[in-house]
Amino acid sequence: MTSSLEDIWVYLAATPLLGLTLTLVAYQIAYWLYVRVEMHPLLNPVLVAVALLVTGLTVTDTRYQTYFDGAQFVHFLLGPATVALAVPLYAQFGKLRRLLLPLVAGLLAGATTAVGSAVVVGWLLGASRQTLLSLAPKSITTPVAMGIAEKLGGLPSLTAVLVVSTGVLGAVVAKGILDAVRISADSVRGFAIGVAAHGIGTARAFQISEEAGAFAGLGMGLNALATALLFPAVYHAFGFGG
Amino acid sequence: MIGAITVLLIYQLIGESLVVALGLPVPGPVVGMLLLFLTLLLRGGASPDLRDTAQGILQHLSLLFVPAGVGVMLHAGRVASEWLPILVALLLSTVATILVTALTMNLALSRVGKGASRDDE
Repeated sequence: MTSSLEDIWVYLAATPLLGLTLTLVAYQIAYWLYVRVEMHPLLNPVLVAVALLVTGLTVTDTRYQTYFDGAQFVHFLLGPATVALAVPLYAQFGKLRRLLLPLVAGLLAGATTAVGSAVVVGWLLGASRQTLLSLAPKSITTPVAMGIAEKLGGLPSLTAVLVVSTGVLGAVVAKGILDAVRISADSVRGFAIGVAAHGIGTARAFQISEEAGAFAGLGMGLNALATALLFPAVYHAFGFGG
Repeated sequence: MIGAITVLLIYQLIGESLVVALGLPVPGPVVGMLLLFLTLLLRGGASPDLRDTAQGILQHLSLLFVPAGVGVMLHAGRVASEWLPILVALLLSTVATILVTALTMNLALSRVGKGASRDDE
């Protein structure tokens, strides 16, 4: 009996099915919990699902690569999901056109703050150079951030983790911060969340309203664009590329 | 639904191809998103199928970040030795980015004239 169980385990561990199914099950559990606590941001479903999976993989002594062989099918959907953001964006087009100037101003200020403050604070507290380079693009969506980190000599997989952490933090703190400074327009709230906390923030913004979600998606897309264009140029201009 | 997914994948594929062909420093899906957005502008709207599918995917956008997040396993050592600068940098920077973006946008809105913020409430 034990050996046949082991056989099943060996078989399952070698197929993508297990990693894929576990990801969905962990997310379902995390989402169920999230709904139970009335969407309290501290129990962010990404955070809980990651914690469940890391615990499970560690206990069963499974390597990340084995897990990712299955989970990559979920990871892949980040691409089409980014393209799909065009749809809610189009629905807000009228508003977007009126807000063009404020949006560009917010974007440039936000994109600079996101990279600059992370690098300066990390540097002051003694983070290593490789960690700083992995940290710099943390506010933009995973595939883009990983590409930038790789080009500059950071660690793409560390960047992925920092990007997800930023998203969770942003989703947790956004409402409190924006309430504290009395910003009530859904367009501004959503855009700020999207610029600072990419897709996880956008998912949170969609819970506020369709409009906040659309502007968060816009902020996420534009910040990916701005950071991808500006940051490598600044980096080389200051001669850090050495 | 299959039709809509096909559309999304085609736009991503065009986006990725343009990025490689023209050596753009921007990610393919972002270019795909801009192209689809332009198409919707020209066509004057999305089909109900595309709208439903996009909404379906975006409703659970968080799920898609889970596999990358589990990658924290690979960096347990570094995270353990540099957790303080990493945590403080992430937290301060995220708070600062939200504040700066929102306040700048709000300021620009009031400069532009009529507070467009009012019609949100």
